[in-house]
Amino acid sequence: MTQQAETAEPKIAAYLCAGCGLGERLDLERLAKVAAEAGAGAVEQHEMLCGEDGVARIRGGIQDGATHLVLGACSRRAKTGAFNFADDGAAVARVNLREGVIWTQPEDAGETTQEMADDYLRMGCAEAKFMRAPRAIAADERGANKRILVVGGGVSGMTAALEAARAGYEVLLVEKSGALGGWAKSLHRRLPRRAPFSAPAENDTAELCAAVEHEKNITVFLNAHIARTSGAPGRFSADIAQGENTRTENIGAIVQASGFRRYDASQLPEFAYGKTPDVVDQMELEALARAADENGAPIARPSDGKAVQSVVFVQCAGQRSEKPGHLPYCSGCCCGVSIKQAMYFKMRDSEADANIIYTDLRAPGNGEDFYRAAQEMGVVFTNGAVERVEAGTNGAQLAVHFRDHVLDEDAVARADLVVLATGQVANSGVDISAVEKNEDGEKEKNGNGKDESAEKKPAQVSVPVESILQLDYRQGPDLPHLKHGFSDSHFICFPYETRRTGIYACGPPRRPMDMHQAMEDATGAALKAIQAVENAGLGRAAHPRAGDLSFPSFRRDGCTQCKRCTVECPFGAIDQDAEGYPQFNESRCRRCGTCMGACPVRVISFENYSVDTVGQQIKAIDMPDEFDEKPRILVLACENDAYPALDMAAHNRIHYNAFVRVIPIRCLGSVNAIWVTDALNAGFDGIMLLGCKKGDDYQCHFVTGAALAHERMGKIDDTLNQLQLEPERVRAFEVEITDIARVPQLINDYAAKIDEIGMNPFKGF
Amino acid sequence: MTSAVEKYRNNFLREVEANVEEGEWVKMCMQCGVCSGSCPLGDAWEHPPQELFMMIRAGKRDQVLASESMWMCTSCYSCITRCPRGLPITHIMHGLANYANRLGIAPKMNPTRRFAKIFWDNIAHTGRVNETKLSLRLYFMDGFFTGLRRAFAMRKVGLGMLRTGRLNPLGLFRAGGIARKGELRKLLARAYEIEDARKNFGKRN
Repeated sequence: MTQQAETAEPKIAAYLCAGCGLGERLDLERLAKVAAEAGAGAVEQHEMLCGEDGVARIRGGIQDGATHLVLGACSRRAKTGAFNFADDGAAVARVNLREGVIWTQPEDAGETTQEMADDYLRMGCAEAKFMRAPRAIAADERGANKRILVVGGGVSGMTAALEAARAGYEVLLVEKSGALGGWAKSLHRRLPRRAPFSAPAENDTAELCAAVEHEKNITVFLNAHIARTSGAPGRFSADIAQGENTRTENIGAIVQASGFRRYDASQLPEFAYGKTPDVVDQMELEALARAADENGAPIARPSDGKAVQSVVFVQCAGQRSEKPGHLPYCSGCCCGVSIKQAMYFKMRDSEADANIIYTDLRAPGNGEDFYRAAQEMGVVFTNGAVERVEAGTNGAQLAVHFRDHVLDEDAVARADLVVLATGQVANSGVDISAVEKNEDGEKEKNGNGKDESAEKKPAQVSVPVESILQLDYRQGPDLPHLKHGFSDSHFICFPYETRRTGIYACGPPRRPMDMHQAMEDATGAALKAIQAVENAGLGRAAHPRAGDLSFPSFRRDGCTQCKRCTVECPFGAIDQDAEGYPQFNESRCRRCGTCMGACPVRVISFENYSVDTVGQQIKAIDMPDEFDEKPRILVLACENDAYPALDMAAHNRIHYNAFVRVIPIRCLGSVNAIWVTDALNAGFDGIMLLGCKKGDDYQCHFVTGAALAHERMGKIDDTLNQLQLEPERVRAFEVEITDIARVPQLINDYAAKIDEIGMNPFKGF
Repeated sequence: MTSAVEKYRNNFLREVEANVEEGEWVKMCMQCGVCSGSCPLGDAWEHPPQELFMMIRAGKRDQVLASESMWMCTSCYSCITRCPRGLPITHIMHGLANYANRLGIAPKMNPTRRFAKIFWDNIAHTGRVNETKLSLRLYFMDGFFTGLRRAFAMRKVGLGMLRTGRLNPLGLFRAGGIARKGELRKLLARAYEIEDARKNFGKRN
């Protein structure tokens, strides 16, 4: 979609609120004059703009022909209900005079407070002039498909399918094996889900399978896989391959519940796995327990069929270890599983010995009750680290050599059977970032064994490279990973979100987990999928700017086809069309503006957020000359964390420097380098970029925005050097929403720093 | 009774559960170490409670029962009030000490053990504590001259007790005690008999 030419000159009406102390603290007459000079055709004052009467006055202005509104009142984060004129088709610029000025400036500050308000109003008028009211995606371009595709027929997939189906949505469930149930169906018993959490519970997976099979809203495809996925939320299309046949289905959203693979215990020769059948992993013990239960006999040793009298559980086998080939992470559920399995022995024969050797026993949720129940049954818990397991000869017992951490000595425990608590490896598809890195050298083929370079390096998980979704996106066939093969998501704030809009991961592809957690996870993902299809149907953005009607467009004749937007978009929303131009998939877009920040020729914009709406604000401020001793500092503040922190500082009346001018931005990733250049040219003495935390434990709502901004600002340092400007003039900071006192302090410290290095020598040119 | 105890098996733990007062609690320890960290005499213990509990699970029967550690307990109850699993640790320490003593494995010369024995013999004899006899037996348990030295060192306390009537010098010659001592001794003898039979103990020494 190309940008449409402006049809008419915007008609700006400015409204100034005198409530909340604005009337007393500010000279509204002077502000009215400033607005008129800045291009407002009509200026009106009101003693309480957010009240019914005030809002009615604004609506009156729209009826009189105003197309753009400048509201000089409180922060854009306040009174959003009263000041919502989306249905009236008007573009709104909010000027933050309350939180941004009078609440953060001392009452006796004098003229600087008024100057601040004047500037903010000029900026608001400039912003309004260059924005248009968002129009939403045209109804005929919206995807209206509300069917949900669930990939994976284990407990997470079945739960997601059932939840969506029972909420009234049609579900397609694709399972690669010949039966539903996944790993769960092969368990003897499951971890208890209900009080008193004192014994293993019946494995009810078969009932779940039956419920799925009987649900009329669910269509199950067994022995099937996804051969291709394309589209966007509300209009995905997937090729489901079933043997020779492939059928194309249209769906609105996707839940990826592709589960996990068992860690390959044959990589643990030190624990005698493979040397004797009497060393098993947890899944193999489940099989032994099931066989024993069917025969009504005690669990038998695989080597000689003798009833097991003593068993040792080795926790963290090949996990939480930096050794080559081991998993560096904790799989979170193996402690609970070992407790459950130790109970299999103790419940059958209280004289049997079951010893769990652990370094940290992790029993999340109600697992602590379960742990206590096992202790009451007489399961022995030993704090220690197993070094090696020796197989006995001729039916002798196995010897488990370990370090007892409490007694601080080497010890040996003998047992008939040893169970290794190995971990879960995410089954989350191709690591597209690894494929990207390998592209220079040997091009990696899909579905081709393992990533060998990863295997040799220590503490790196080698993930099977087999695509789950086969996305035809330019950015790669699967969900991006964060690390160790787990899908990237924000594990605290928005766990089910992935970096592909409309596709939600649940269960072990997100993090290792047990059945109960996977079922909870699946419910969450199903609800997210429902939300996605509903939002797509209304032409609205998905999380985190849910409900946003704006979408990016680009000016085709300016585009150089550099592809940077397609690469830097954190959500893979941009493909390229047949001619090599970017092709925006609006419903995949999260409206962060990272593409806009990336574009070197500045052709990408949103209706109400563009290089101009911010750039013109920078140019609109009244720059005092060098000898006024009034420096100006531009603060570009992320609207997700930094700007709310500033608002809350204002609510607490924490004052900060009067020479800053704050512009909220959607994400640091949307900061285009031209704004920095413009600001330095306009005479700003310093520029602060306030964004979120980057790195593996990022807090950025758009995943990569903060990291990209830091990378881009690194390049700006070179430019500053060439201009012989101090690198301190442009600085990026990581802040959190809770940094209510810290952000004002950062601003004041930075202002002091600018005082120290002096005024921008380009002022007045 | 088993003497050959296998390592990291439940044998000794089961023995402790059967024979030690509150011993059934030992398996509930989760090895957090709060007891050891809370003990005001912790540094003086060779094996603090957490370690003793682990040694029991590890089947270190002889080392546990011959240990001086549980004899160090002064019954301050810090561990009990802090144990997140609610183990009656103080009672278990005394239970272990008592069991070791009954088996004759407890360290013979442990001063706490010797004091406890003198105290028990004193009170079980007449049904009341005879302070005079108790202090003299305690001071002179290592011989006449050591006794004199100890008594001399404690003279201020002794004189104070005399003045306030807490120590009666005539107690040395008077039996004192409760009215029906014979009944008490019979009662205790029967209790020993029951316990010995239940716990399968050998002859009392």
